[in-house]
Amino acid sequence: MPEIKVTPLGAGQDVGRSCILVSIGGKNIMLDCGMHMGYNDDRRFPDFSYITQNGRLTEFLDCVIISHFHLDHCGALPFMSEMVGYDGPIYMTHPTKAICPILLEDFRKITVDKKGETNFFTSQMIKDCMKKVVPLNLHQTVQVDDELEIKAYYAGHVLGAAMVQIKVGSESVVYTGDYNMTPDRHLGAAWIDKCRPDILISESTYATTIRDSKRCRERDFLKKVHESIERGGKVLIPVFALGRAQELCILLETFWERMNLKAPIYFSTGLTEKANHYYKLFITWTNQKIRKTFVQRNMFEFKHIKAFDRSYADNPGPMVVFATPGMLHAGQSLQIFKKWAGNEKNMVIMPGYCVQGTIGHKILNGQRKLEMEGRSTLDVKLQVEYMSFSAHADAKGIMQLIRMAEPRNMLLVHGEAVKMEFLKGKIEQEFSIDCHMPANGETATVTTNPSVPVDISLNLLKREMALGGPLPDPKKPRTMHGTLIMKENSLKLVSSEQALKELGLNEHQLRFTCRVQLQDPHSDPDTLNRIYTHLKSVLKGYTIQHLPDGTVMVESIVIKVSSSAEDTSTKVLLLSWSYQDEDLGSFLSTLLKKGLPSGLC
Amino acid sequence: MLDCGLDTTSVLNFLPLPLFFPSFQELKECAGRVFVDSQPEFCLPERELLDLSTIDVILISNYHCMMALPYITEHTGFTGTVYATEPTLQIGRLLMEELVKFMERVPKAQSATCWKNKEIQRMLPGPLKDAVDVWTWKRSYSMQEVNSALSKVQLVGYSQKVELFGAVQVSPLSSGYSLGSSNWIIQSHHEKVAYVSGSSLLTTHPQPMDQSSLKNSDVLILTGLTQMPTANPDGMLGEFCSNLAMTIRAGGNVLVPCYSSGVIYDLLECLYQFIESANLGTTPFYFISPVANSSLEFSQIFAEWLCHNKQSKVYLPEPPFPHAELIQTNKLKHYPSIHGDFSSEFRQPCVVFTGHPSLRFGDVVHFMELWGKSGLNTIIFTEPDFSYLDALAPYQPLAMKCVYCPIDTRLNFHQVSKLLKEVQPLHVVCPEQYTQPPLTQSHRSDLMLELQPPPMPYRRCSVLNLPFRRRYERVYILPELANSLVPSEIKPGVSMATVSAVLHSKDNKHTLQSVPKPPPVPPSKKRKRVMEEPPVVLAPKPLLSGAVPLEAFLATLQKHGITEVKVEETADGHILHLQADDTLIQLEEDGTHIVCDNNEPLRTTLRDLVLRFLQKL
Repeated sequence: MPEIKVTPLGAGQDVGRSCILVSIGGKNIMLDCGMHMGYNDDRRFPDFSYITQNGRLTEFLDCVIISHFHLDHCGALPFMSEMVGYDGPIYMTHPTKAICPILLEDFRKITVDKKGETNFFTSQMIKDCMKKVVPLNLHQTVQVDDELEIKAYYAGHVLGAAMVQIKVGSESVVYTGDYNMTPDRHLGAAWIDKCRPDILISESTYATTIRDSKRCRERDFLKKVHESIERGGKVLIPVFALGRAQELCILLETFWERMNLKAPIYFSTGLTEKANHYYKLFITWTNQKIRKTFVQRNMFEFKHIKAFDRSYADNPGPMVVFATPGMLHAGQSLQIFKKWAGNEKNMVIMPGYCVQGTIGHKILNGQRKLEMEGRSTLDVKLQVEYMSFSAHADAKGIMQLIRMAEPRNMLLVHGEAVKMEFLKGKIEQEFSIDCHMPANGETATVTTNPSVPVDISLNLLKREMALGGPLPDPKKPRTMHGTLIMKENSLKLVSSEQALKELGLNEHQLRFTCRVQLQDPHSDPDTLNRIYTHLKSVLKGYTIQHLPDGTVMVESIVIKVSSSAEDTSTKVLLLSWSYQDEDLGSFLSTLLKKGLPSGLC
Repeated sequence: MLDCGLDTTSVLNFLPLPLFFPSFQELKECAGRVFVDSQPEFCLPERELLDLSTIDVILISNYHCMMALPYITEHTGFTGTVYATEPTLQIGRLLMEELVKFMERVPKAQSATCWKNKEIQRMLPGPLKDAVDVWTWKRSYSMQEVNSALSKVQLVGYSQKVELFGAVQVSPLSSGYSLGSSNWIIQSHHEKVAYVSGSSLLTTHPQPMDQSSLKNSDVLILTGLTQMPTANPDGMLGEFCSNLAMTIRAGGNVLVPCYSSGVIYDLLECLYQFIESANLGTTPFYFISPVANSSLEFSQIFAEWLCHNKQSKVYLPEPPFPHAELIQTNKLKHYPSIHGDFSSEFRQPCVVFTGHPSLRFGDVVHFMELWGKSGLNTIIFTEPDFSYLDALAPYQPLAMKCVYCPIDTRLNFHQVSKLLKEVQPLHVVCPEQYTQPPLTQSHRSDLMLELQPPPMPYRRCSVLNLPFRRRYERVYILPELANSLVPSEIKPGVSMATVSAVLHSKDNKHTLQSVPKPPPVPPSKKRKRVMEEPPVVLAPKPLLSGAVPLEAFLATLQKHGITEVKVEETADGHILHLQADDTLIQLEEDGTHIVCDNNEPLRTTLRDLVLRFLQKL
């Protein structure tokens, strides 16, 4: 039985360093190649030695697919391709291809230039890695080789995020990456057709959450920001440069406009301008409303949001600052946080998920004293608010996607084990399909049961369909007969007659003849007539003919009558049939041996 | 339906839509030619040949080939789906919107119909007399009809496989001619048709043409070749620039009648590089169209559909087309019409890009009247759709200089024959015109298609049968059934298995399932009657093949206790006489005949023994 194997190297019962290996129909595919925000050591990257202990990965992988530009999905890519070694194709959508190298470079700068790490990938490696990227368009079927094909679907989540379908023959797997089932202010909702994959590999960040309406969350967010500004506080919103940042910018921009607010909004790092430019050029990847109105007004040209300068952090008065990165684990957001943490008038709003080990995660868990580098501690006095704006599907959304795609098996990644367990139970209960949740390095195996594609001769098919009638009776299925010829990888189903011809075989006729004695005091033609009437009444639905040459034909069975020489009331019936009519022939001979019913005229 | 284009050359028979209304007359003579003074009308695709409500699917290859869509999908009972790429839909919508706005701006109170009377038309001079099907010509559609028609469009991406009714799969491929332009593959599991329309091998802004996917086609339908087989686009572009520069230097204005999307992007890019070197830095360039802004904006957001060079610009991120910079530096300005801002900001000498290229409607008419009288000005034709002489006819006499630089990047005959050699279709179907040299250049045998086997030509309303021999169809054997099959090897490398199955056909997809086991007969009182029932299953037994060898058969009979066998040789084989049972078995090379009376158990035993030696099919 064919099998599909799925092994997470990262994101197995965890969030971070997404990297999932899939073996399907003899092909090996790597889905995502991310880094873990919570670690600064080897655990930061997936363990590629699982694939091979020594040397390059090229010969072990048929392709690598990156779902979107977040670093926990692509952060290990240059390490994998340039330092471990992989020269095969890397697929990602156009926006991902455009934005991914910028984030990688950012990541590299923070790690190497700021933290002084060595043995890390270089700028040149990022460039070399990106040269191996093949862009992917939505819904385009890309033939990786003769057998392996992939297709991208819209995933929402961030600009350019895609779900991918991987198909070999009639076996298929869908990997969702991160996705969002509700449209937001700048992106549309994920969509997939009823492609019935053998396995649906889904993220499960919010496996146990069912979020309240987005409108409420937005109102809450605006209220908190507004209140803080009113009392002269500073609001820090740690974000990643692309994604939620744009969503929240649009939200604040429209709010400022409507309320006529004057407090400044800043966006940290020089990336903003550039980031917004990407959104303008890839407007086809945003939601319907933005696409429709972009000629008149481009939503990504902000009036109220200005670039941030480090010195502004000490300015008096209220302000709102978007700063990167989003989990407060390094960079500018962390610096500003340290500056503002001591004042209870200030506020930090965490708009997204925080990985274990990051400061973001710690303060969200209520920690009020943080140990910083150099044994100093930081007292956290400012207000900490959490508001889930990450564009992940919640439990309802995941169920909705399952309903859309109708997978035969389910596999959860990118979530916490306990929460996955809960969702797994729900999925198995509601859809009666198996749900797997392998840990990192653990392999989930699914046996598939593919149908066998065969070429049927059109003659045979048409004949069968004609016989079946326009509305075949489902209770009385018709059995069709044919011969399957297997020759050099081709499978052809033809009628038996054609098979004889094609294979150059002779036909062998097997016939049976049977004499039946019958007491019937009538003339021969009368007897024949009586037989005809009798059979007519017994055999419903069969072709029965009384031929002028003195025979009765039932289908192709021939019946003749002759009188015995000595006794004219003893008739001898001669039945002759071929093997193809064996059932009927056998039945008739038995039937006629019992004689004719007396009531016949 | 493959494409849905509008023949706009019919508008050449009409007078230009002027900005003010002269007195109404149906026909008017102008510089020796007679024109119809009415709202211009278009020649539609044939609508009488078939019931449009029976069309399931329309495949669009590029935005120029969908202009008749509202005439087909509206008020005809059409309920099908139209497939097109996103740029095709968006830019197609712009072009339709432009057309509608041009017409609505200067509505004519009445439209002329008398001239269409056959008797009258026969008496008319010139091209009017020979115009065909004038009764079917139609005025422009409304924006409402455009919106309704376009709501029936389903978007597709290049190489996306779209299943149609389970019977065929269609897939658009890049054709390299314009933004989102496509050729189409229509295929089933065993047959493949390629529809090649409006393709280009030149490197302009769109994604290069996908040639390799056209390979192995049974039939290739070829259309949309260049209308200017003798004009080299690069040379024309050079001529365009030099004429433009010359006129400006001499203090004249340049008018470029053009469509709002397509070649204009290339012209602007060419000018972007040319402006500085030709010292035209201060000359204003104007692009006037109701959709000018949209067209320029839309061109920048279709990175996925652009050539590689332009794609990589987006990664920087920079706008793919340099006209963004021309706009930013105020060298290029765009206006929805000549009214409003334009009239106050307008400076001469200048270059104006505006439509419609037929010179019959749109802002171009105004410029013709404004600049036509001066020999300093130049009009440069770049669109190949209209004969420039016909276009200019109603404006004669004209002092303005005319330059004809048609830029048509579509395939020429040389490129086509190279392409066909490459992709090797079994049959080529093409318009009749491609099979003979153009009428005006009958000696140019290089301006036609010469193929082996010769292409199958078609003309308006002709019905062609495509040379297919459909012999096989795809069917799926479900795993349960597949596992139960017992293959046997007939000869080395060739095996066979008999299949008895239930065929399920749904949405043109066929699957074979195992025959369900009959439910066990309930042990009922009617047991006696069961015997009386004729066999229900009308299942024929398999065919048999092979021969029954005498010695082996006798040995088998013996094993089953049938020993008294008398063998008699005949011309074709042997007759076995089973003396104890008065039964005969006639063994021949290609047949076996069992004659057995009154002993059903024996007969079935013999049957089964014979079958052991035979192959079942």
